[in-house]
Amino acid sequence: MNAMNQSEFRQDIAPGETLLAVDNVTLRFGGVKAITDVSFDIRKGEVRAIIGPNGAGKTSMLNVINGFYHPQEGRITYRGQTRSKMRPHVAASQGIARTFQNVALFKGMTTLDNIMVGRTLKMRTPFFWHLFRHGPAMREEIEHRKFVEEIIDFLEIEHIRKVPVGKLPYGLQKRVELGRALAMQPELLLLDEPMAGMNLEEKEDMCRFILDTKDQYGTTIALIEHDMGVVMDLSDRVVVLEYGQKIADGTPDEVKKNQKVIDAYLGVAH
Amino acid sequence: MFYREAGQYKKTYSADMAVFPILQDRIGIGLILATAAIIIPIFGSNFFISTVMIPFLVFSLAAMGLNIVTGYTGLISLGTGAFMGVGAFACYKLTTYFPNVNIIIWILASGVFSAAIGALFGLPSLRIKGFYLAVATLAAQFFLEWCFVRVPWLFNYNASGAIEVPQRTLFGVAITGANATPTTRYLVLLGIVVLMTWVASNILHGRIGRTFMAVRDMDIAAELMGIRLLPAKLTAFAMSSFYCGVAGACMMFLWYGGGEASDAFNINQSFNILFMVIIGGLGSLIGCFFGAALLNIVPIILKFGLPAMGLPLAGATAEHINHLFVGSLIIFFLIVEPHGLARLWQITKQKLRTWPFPY
Amino acid sequence: MDLLFKIFIDPFLQMGGAPDLLVQTLWEGLVSGVLYALIALGFVLIFKASGVFNFAQGIMVVFAGLTLVGLHEKGVPAWLAVLLTLGVMLALAVAVERVVLRPLVNQPDIILFMATFGLTYVLIGIGEFIFGGEPKQMITEELGLPRGAIDVAMLGGRVTFQKIDIAAAVIASIMIAALAVFFQYTRIGRALRAVADSHKAALSVGISLNQIWAIVWFAAGIVALITGIMWGARSDVSFALQTIALKALPVLILGGFTSIPGAIVGGLIIGIGEKLAEFYWGPLVGGGIENWIAYVIALGFLMVRPQGLFGDKIIERI
Repeated sequence: MNAMNQSEFRQDIAPGETLLAVDNVTLRFGGVKAITDVSFDIRKGEVRAIIGPNGAGKTSMLNVINGFYHPQEGRITYRGQTRSKMRPHVAASQGIARTFQNVALFKGMTTLDNIMVGRTLKMRTPFFWHLFRHGPAMREEIEHRKFVEEIIDFLEIEHIRKVPVGKLPYGLQKRVELGRALAMQPELLLLDEPMAGMNLEEKEDMCRFILDTKDQYGTTIALIEHDMGVVMDLSDRVVVLEYGQKIADGTPDEVKKNQKVIDAYLGVAH
Repeated sequence: MFYREAGQYKKTYSADMAVFPILQDRIGIGLILATAAIIIPIFGSNFFISTVMIPFLVFSLAAMGLNIVTGYTGLISLGTGAFMGVGAFACYKLTTYFPNVNIIIWILASGVFSAAIGALFGLPSLRIKGFYLAVATLAAQFFLEWCFVRVPWLFNYNASGAIEVPQRTLFGVAITGANATPTTRYLVLLGIVVLMTWVASNILHGRIGRTFMAVRDMDIAAELMGIRLLPAKLTAFAMSSFYCGVAGACMMFLWYGGGEASDAFNINQSFNILFMVIIGGLGSLIGCFFGAALLNIVPIILKFGLPAMGLPLAGATAEHINHLFVGSLIIFFLIVEPHGLARLWQITKQKLRTWPFPY
Repeated sequence: MDLLFKIFIDPFLQMGGAPDLLVQTLWEGLVSGVLYALIALGFVLIFKASGVFNFAQGIMVVFAGLTLVGLHEKGVPAWLAVLLTLGVMLALAVAVERVVLRPLVNQPDIILFMATFGLTYVLIGIGEFIFGGEPKQMITEELGLPRGAIDVAMLGGRVTFQKIDIAAAVIASIMIAALAVFFQYTRIGRALRAVADSHKAALSVGISLNQIWAIVWFAAGIVALITGIMWGARSDVSFALQTIALKALPVLILGGFTSIPGAIVGGLIIGIGEKLAEFYWGPLVGGGIENWIAYVIALGFLMVRPQGLFGDKIIERI
């Protein structure tokens, strides 16, 4: 894990300080309010879970954070920089990476190529050298290949290195997707239901990868997940959304006891 | 039995990332190049070289261009013919103004102009996708076609409205114009095609190729990975049009030896090239050659081969059968093997590895 | 300055100066617009029901017209030729469903789109092979369609209306109305709309996709035949129409792929727009701009409203 430790993270934010703050964000599609006046923060180095029933606006929230949707109201402060609008590629270049609810891999490409795409932002050789695939272009390619091989090692997917990802089973695809996000060396990693549709064993593997990611790279993680056992075990703090509104925020234990959360999940007797 | 990689260990990443990692592949490529560069010029008849080989190489180049934008980046273009035309006219104007510069340089440089035009017409690709984009490229096709006819400056105010290819030489040997032998033109063309295939393979195997494919497979995810879509798509359009432009210049200067743009660069040419790409294999360089070879050889067989075998066929009928055949072939390939001849080739290679045993 | 005058002021002065010419141009545009709309309608029918962007619709128009004329040339009476052509279009619809659509179910849209390219060439090949590649005269008289023209004095000049054009406009309106009724009030129409919304949901309530697709392609074939007759009567029946038929694509872009009213409005905008552009602005650049102006109009429009005139705003999800 050598290359990882010499990572290029800007360590200007100390662990425990606020890395990202969402303030009073409202997102509308036409007349439909997907998110209403939601505020929360993510601290550096923590695992922050976002939970809630289906349609609560969790994925929309991630989309807002990495600039794919632009909220009509509210502000987002990332590393002390406030913005209301941001293009996704800018978010990516500032160290926000993510995985997707429905695996969004590049299906026609191999595992290796998929993860290599994650390195795109770190590659800088001018076009000219790519004409020959020699000199700087090739050196850069090899240097990043080494890095990617480490991720492949870490995720234990050596055997599928050269298989087109479209042919892989779902669990492995999820793992490749995590690898692709890790290749970006993100400061903040957004995971959208990383364990959906997995069996117990695969879930345990994925939990291990998430915790290892946090420990080894110091990556801050925001996580959407429906498996409450996983959420309570993994996360440091939990924010609960329902119908686009925040109904609870706190440590797993606090959230578990919150009456509103219990109502949201179990229903209320009227 | 013979096609096997056992015992060939890759010890470095660069060996693993080579385009032809297996020794037998490298030998095969060497043999093909040797055949193309030595055996065909010596033993091939003028008819064979000028009717089969030269069109084949020109179409391969054009198909490569289209494949970059459609096969690798997933943006359908129906303007290939027009972009080829831009290359042909650019080359014509350049060699008219600077007759002393070698024509090969101008053939390659003409690609720059079609790249610029291609990028310009690629601009809408940021906002529009799929079928909509196909229609946008039709705008390029028809607008440029109109320019080729209506802007007399392009064809030097000729009465005929056609490109008249002047004689240009390399080391004293005529390579364009009426005095250039088919063999000379073939060798020049072969050089250009080999060079450009090598460059395309280099680009597509590296970061830029991966960017293209990422945009093709899932553009939203690509953007969230930090790929800026507009520059990526414009690069694809520019690079594609560069190849098409050079193909167009080659077509006029090394194959047709002059002619009317409205015939050579019309919408049917665009379709023709698109079919080569589909049948050859979207997203495969070697597929471009397969597709070009097949669609180039079928009309020739219908036109010359059948009469030679004692099956006389009127010229018009041959063309009709050709349409029918090409159309059926496309449907057939889309149903049976959407990745075209290139995938069949891959499967064959896979089988060869274990031959004569099934596993 | 002079150029700006020629582009922005002079054409309008001309329009005001000779209103009869303007009316004539508008009428011409309207008629070709109706025909574009008819082709676009065929596209929309198929796209709505099967999600296939049928590039071959233009060639189906030529093919239908050619079959009709070709049969008549071989001595078949006009009314029988029409019936037989309808039979051919039905056979074509069933064949397309069996041979092309069914094996390609669940493939990406773009593959189906390309398959219709193949279909285009097959149809060209068959049509040419059986009936020859030369342009043919449409059998206008035998079908009982009016010929000749009406001259109307108006606005200080004379405006000519071809009777066949009037007939085309009327027939097109009737057919569109009939289609609307069919879609809205019949059982098959309801099934079609269900399939258009969701293939899977339609399947789950017992609608046969294969049957629906064959029906839609046949409907598109009927539209193609009528379009072919009208268009053939105005010029002649030949494969050159194919390029003109591509104009239906910008029409679709304006109207959106799934909207029948969109196809009609889009057709009229394109038809009138290109005639006006050709007549008043064309001479500035040497004419002939009719071939591409439609695409440029559509392209400009797309940049502003990527979802078309009547489409819903596209929300991208991930």
